[in-house]
Amino acid sequence: MAKVTKTRAKSKKKAPKKAAKKTVKKKRCVSIKTKSKVIKAATNAHEEAPGKESPRHSTAEDMALQQREISVAEFFTKNRHLLGFDNPRKALLTTIKEGVDNSLDACEEAGILPDVKVFIAPGTEEDRFRVTIEDNGPGILKTQIPMIFAKLLYGSKFHRLKMSRGQQGIGISAAGMYGQLTTGKPISITSKTSQNKPAHHYELEIDTKKNEPRIILDETIDWPVSRGTKVEIELEAKFQKGRQSVQEYLEQTAIANPHVSLEFATPDGEKQVFKRASKQLPVHTREIKPHPYGVELGVLIKMLHDTQARTLQSFLHSDFSRISSRVARMICEQAKVSERSRPSRIARQEADNLYKAINQTKIMNPQTDCLSPIGEELILAGLKKQIEADLYTAVTRPPSVYRGNPFQIEAGLAYGGSLPVEGLARVLRYANRVPLLYQQSACAMTRSVLNTAWRNYALQQSAGALPSGPLIIMVHMASVWVPFTSESKEAVAHYPEIIKEVRLALQECGRRLSLFIRRRRKAAESERKKAYIEQYIPHIAIALREMLELNERQEHTMVRQLTDVLQRSRS
Amino acid sequence: MSKVKVANQIKETANSVRNKIQRKSKPTLSFPLRSLSNVTYHPKKGFLELKGKKKIRTLTVATVKTFAQTLRMMSQAKTLVEDDEIMTKREAYYVSKNWDDARFDEQPESDTVIDDIEGLFEVNREQLGFIPEEKGGEIAGKLIVIDRDSDGGKPLRIDCTKFGSGAYSIPSSVEHLKFETKAKFVLAIETAGMFQRLVKHNYWRKANCILISMGGVPTRACRRFIRRIADELKLPVYAFVDCDPYGMFNIYRTLKVGSGNAAHINRYFCVPNARFLGVTPQDIVNYKLPTHPLKDVDIKRAKDALKNDPFVQHYKPWQDAIKQLLDMGVRAEQQAFAVHNLNYVIEHYLPEKLAARKTFLP
Ligand SMILES: Nc1ncnc2c1ncn2[C@@H]1O[C@H](COP(=O)(O)OP(=O)(O)OP(=O)(O)O)[C@@H](O)[C@H]1O
Ligand SMILES: [Mg+2]
Repeated sequence: MAKVTKTRAKSKKKAPKKAAKKTVKKKRCVSIKTKSKVIKAATNAHEEAPGKESPRHSTAEDMALQQREISVAEFFTKNRHLLGFDNPRKALLTTIKEGVDNSLDACEEAGILPDVKVFIAPGTEEDRFRVTIEDNGPGILKTQIPMIFAKLLYGSKFHRLKMSRGQQGIGISAAGMYGQLTTGKPISITSKTSQNKPAHHYELEIDTKKNEPRIILDETIDWPVSRGTKVEIELEAKFQKGRQSVQEYLEQTAIANPHVSLEFATPDGEKQVFKRASKQLPVHTREIKPHPYGVELGVLIKMLHDTQARTLQSFLHSDFSRISSRVARMICEQAKVSERSRPSRIARQEADNLYKAINQTKIMNPQTDCLSPIGEELILAGLKKQIEADLYTAVTRPPSVYRGNPFQIEAGLAYGGSLPVEGLARVLRYANRVPLLYQQSACAMTRSVLNTAWRNYALQQSAGALPSGPLIIMVHMASVWVPFTSESKEAVAHYPEIIKEVRLALQECGRRLSLFIRRRRKAAESERKKAYIEQYIPHIAIALREMLELNERQEHTMVRQLTDVLQRSRS
Repeated sequence: MSKVKVANQIKETANSVRNKIQRKSKPTLSFPLRSLSNVTYHPKKGFLELKGKKKIRTLTVATVKTFAQTLRMMSQAKTLVEDDEIMTKREAYYVSKNWDDARFDEQPESDTVIDDIEGLFEVNREQLGFIPEEKGGEIAGKLIVIDRDSDGGKPLRIDCTKFGSGAYSIPSSVEHLKFETKAKFVLAIETAGMFQRLVKHNYWRKANCILISMGGVPTRACRRFIRRIADELKLPVYAFVDCDPYGMFNIYRTLKVGSGNAAHINRYFCVPNARFLGVTPQDIVNYKLPTHPLKDVDIKRAKDALKNDPFVQHYKPWQDAIKQLLDMGVRAEQQAFAVHNLNYVIEHYLPEKLAARKTFLP
């Protein structure tokens, strides 16, 4: 940190004027600036003001010269942390995660049981690695490949409300861009859509100014697979094992996705296979229209503008879920807007009234067949596959709604067995079957785990901490739109409905756990007692033999009878 | 109780335990509850008597260890009785080390079990063959003890005036002793120090008495010994102890009427005709004795005696004495007379008190 500041100060001395201007430009033009940077820039400018060559202040005209559009690609180049590329270690994980998530989404949507391979090979320089993610999915049409992999915010999932791992259309192209920025190497894609067609191989770069793909290589090759996609990215990275590693991500993916087969090879040539534990693909989910309660005013105005519907009533009925013609009429009446007015002609004030009317009208909860929870059975299968424990339990809650978005919470516990007795429980968080490895403390799921009174369930827990013991707590949120706290998709936002559902699921799991623990403690206790009485019963028999001059057989009978009497009395 | 009878009783109890086991029910042993709350005072009988509250020990998981230890100790007692052997309580503790898991870890545990068994059969532990470690007390003065030679069993006459500056030790078992005397009374003294002074100046000759050093709370042997000379020689017994609750109740009361802890044997191990010569609270005033303030334990012990001790509750003069002591808030030791003159106790205190025996506390 100190080093950075120093170099900056130096460069500013050389060309103070230019540096100052640059700072000002940054401040004015980019509205999505992070606050700390703005403050820093301001301080720097201030510090320099009383300097020897005090810089000329900018005029509005000067500034106009600097004011122009910034591309999303440019923006993310400077804010890579927002996408999960903060450091080389995390960059490796994020890249693999984006690739694998896409592969799984594509396979499931095409109804294919996923076979995914992840290879990390040493790169051309020491701190570089070449990452390959290969799937047996449906493949990608040749024409789509450049846009998907070398244009940010291009995807199939953003504009729909459907449960999937990806949702923003940034993921894989951001990974490619990170690779390009750190190594100068293009992203390589090979894809094949059917047995009879050739495979297309592309090497792509992203034009960060225009946010457009630049094709370096475009060829057809022989690829001896029936179909699938292979993505290769070389990037500056750090390979490490342990917490928040690629390995951990894959392992947790295997738990929540027992229908997936994963193959993994590390740069040291170590191979690991996470076998498929179930042939049951997740239930196909329906895409839904937005529920009126979840729509914000701005979105409503845009929808009014874009709709194909001729009248307000039919707009409400056809572009939203759960609005019947009758309810649509009620909303119009409430908003004092004619149900026959043209949606595109609705004025700002009327839209505002409409928005209020929607929220005052009782509307059915959204349908929930758009959700595909893992299910209690498969959670258990996943946990059993990866974790050796004594107790497994899982709960799938009924669907619920936050801000008009349907969601469903699941929880699972693994207790005892090979898990470490000392230390705190481990929490595995998932959103649409994707493990969340970072920002645990910022996540609504964690909040619920902490707020659950685990002491009621025969566990130890200090105030404000995770429970302790040989325990793994798994929480999954399935939703058509997971409310992440940032684009790097690491933590779920704190909606009270979500926190409550997680709590209810955990409580049910907790009740089962405490039953198990108590039963086990009781069994251990009675084992202990049994051993204890067996220590002393022979002495009673010896004493009686001595006093009553019994023979050995009578003594043995006595031991048997006594054991009987005491065993019975224990229960 | 004869040895044969004791052995038979042990066998009977063992049999009842076995019968219960054979009938698949939990065997029990019942012991008299050993505490002051389970005794009453009968002035006619003259000792603290068991009221009959029992503590029943049922064989359960929680009691299995003590139950086994009790039975093994009972078996040990039966062997001792049958072989006419004795064993100190310390030795009994060591013998238990052969019992594997049932052994005792500390001697107080085995002592408690022995006390329980003694209560169970309502006998004295000496009758079970267990003898205490402690000395029974010291005698000097006009008493002839007739013992047996430990080899041939020939009678052995011991003249307690012939010990010079030393004394005769009461043995741990006194039943076989016989006595002769010309003395007029027995003086039972709390401390060895006071005893020494009286022996040195041959006080026994001057006062024509038997001096006994109890050395704190009198042992069973000591109480039994005094009881036998009191009964058989028809001698009055006077107690001379410190003026504090310990001297009054732990020492004097135990001597006179027995203890709550071993109430089943009080009948034989007390001296109902004993009287309290001093030191009384009034003596502190009359003889201007140097004092110490009462300690918290003294005050507690005094209040306990007022509240719970059936003996104290029976005698108004004792209640008054305690209240007087509590009011004064001080205590005095029997050796405090030395303040006036080393032999003041011989020349003034004892003669003056003995001249007014009617004023002795009961
Ligand atoms: N392996 C693949 N097989 C088939 N289609 C793919 C594959 N990878 C990506 N796609 C398509 O490319 C699109 C863009 O992927 P990208 O990862 O950039 O965004 P996303 O998955 O929609 O959202 P997110 O930014 O949340 O990951 C996807 O929506 C999907 O349609
Ligand atoms: Mg994606």
